[in-house]
Amino acid sequence: MGMTMVEKILADHAGKDKVKAGELVNAKLDLVLGNDITTPVAINEFEKINVDDVFDQDRIAIVPDHFVPNKDIDSAQQVKQLRDFANDKGITNFFELGEMGIEHCLLPEQGLVGPGDIVIGADSHTCTYGALGALATGVGSTDMAAAMATGEAWFKVPETIKFVYNGQLQDWVGGKDLILYTIGDIGVDGALYKSMEFTGEVIDDLSMAHRMTMSNMAIEAGGKCGLIEPDETTLDYVEGRAQRDYKVYKSDEDAEYDQVIEYNVSEIEPQVAYPHLPENTRGISEVEDIRIDQAVIGSCTNGRLEDLRLAAEVLEGQKKADHVRLIVFPGTQEIYKQAMKEGIVETLIDAGAAVSTPTCGPCLGGHMGILAEGERAIATTNRNFVGRMGHPESEVYLSNPAVAAASAIAGEIVSPKEVL
Amino acid sequence: MDIQGKAWKYGSDIDTDVIIPARYLNDSSLEHLAAHCLEDLDEEFVDKMDEGDLIVAEDNFGCGSSREHAPLAIKAAGVSCVIANSFARIFYRNSINIGLPIMECPEAVAGIDEGDEVEVDVETGTITNVTKDEEYQAEPFPEFMQELISTGGLISYVNKTV
Repeated sequence: MGMTMVEKILADHAGKDKVKAGELVNAKLDLVLGNDITTPVAINEFEKINVDDVFDQDRIAIVPDHFVPNKDIDSAQQVKQLRDFANDKGITNFFELGEMGIEHCLLPEQGLVGPGDIVIGADSHTCTYGALGALATGVGSTDMAAAMATGEAWFKVPETIKFVYNGQLQDWVGGKDLILYTIGDIGVDGALYKSMEFTGEVIDDLSMAHRMTMSNMAIEAGGKCGLIEPDETTLDYVEGRAQRDYKVYKSDEDAEYDQVIEYNVSEIEPQVAYPHLPENTRGISEVEDIRIDQAVIGSCTNGRLEDLRLAAEVLEGQKKADHVRLIVFPGTQEIYKQAMKEGIVETLIDAGAAVSTPTCGPCLGGHMGILAEGERAIATTNRNFVGRMGHPESEVYLSNPAVAAASAIAGEIVSPKEVL
Repeated sequence: MDIQGKAWKYGSDIDTDVIIPARYLNDSSLEHLAAHCLEDLDEEFVDKMDEGDLIVAEDNFGCGSSREHAPLAIKAAGVSCVIANSFARIFYRNSINIGLPIMECPEAVAGIDEGDEVEVDVETGTITNVTKDEEYQAEPFPEFMQELISTGGLISYVNKTV
């Protein structure tokens, strides 16, 4: 019996020839990540460990991105704690405001994660790097603390569900729609504790940005990780960025899967997830009149250059509806700069958008776009839980960037076809 | 470990955003987190519960964000144990790491009503419904996790090895 990608990666990092699903292993880590919400708790725990230094100054990434630029005094204190800790321990990958970005857009862009890595991050969307063929998974602050001290973590080897996407993508359908459709099909705990492996001819043709959107939302199905086998597209992306050696792992033909699920994407239209769970999905043609107050485009899910290009394609020469607030937040400074060069930022501003510095702020109801009681937003983010973007009586609908842009123009949730 | 208290029942997919909303994550002090525990799910929870009470929920408890603030808020509010049909992965891991007792036991979730007096033996996984005079058996933790728990959580465990 062969092994899946995730089994091979874990076996290699645990110094074993073979592991199988269900086994508990201790594995070496290639990178440990934290942000300004989770790292303060991790630092407090790290200080209880009987070590002075971190395991490797170059293999820890600390990215203040959630409440920055500091939204209040308490947030400023938290970021200060990160900055002081990074300075004190000589952590090289501390990303200060102005150099930073949303962590899961930033780390792949900077070449800090690569194929075959094991990465744990004190942020649930760490699973994004599965798109590069890395085993990347979210953990809490205590795990981050222990990992900063030891460079290791314990894992239960997960079972794998293989998803096969075949067929022809419809207009305005991309990675976001595929993953929302998948979550709608299997539910928010459909892949609980499991590794999701995204395969098929449609995935082969997807760009890295769309792939990262898919892996990013594996957690919304309860998944431990969402892996895509590295191919030429992956290696082209990694080439010239990778700061460390990497290794390509592929699942064996005779690997054992918990389940294999096949989709014909030709039947999938742009998806919208209704409140208050990402599994409440339906095709755009089945969306009734949903008037919106705010449209949010960006985040670790859809804040990459291609996402902004899609939004600009729809918004070019158009105006948002008077009653809608349109907020766009690019994932990193590099993406922001490139969007300026391509004229995207100008198109967005002309359409009436507020274009923000990179931050996670609006996605989690932190700052820079909080909803009032009874307000409704369409967002390219990843969660639509109760109160996610502000008041507990507000609502979030999830979609891809083109649908969010079109909805901003129409003032209600519509397909891009309706406004072009 | 002696766990006994009243049960407070909730449904499925209780996410970490309702357990501790992001607007409170600019301060990780335990008193602050405890004061807002479950606020967006049940505004009165912190006022009506007593120290030692238990949360009993259905599927996928603790889904969403990796914020350890969620199990910390529950523990700091005085909740002695969470029983559910299933837990989201990161919440499960965080709870064990910080020493919040959790039990996966669908039989107990089905049998316990809100307000029932419940006792839990963490080591054996035996859950007793004192009100109804019923007993349920949770799956015991794997050996490694039992060791983590009995050592007092991940940090104490790491301190034994570094």
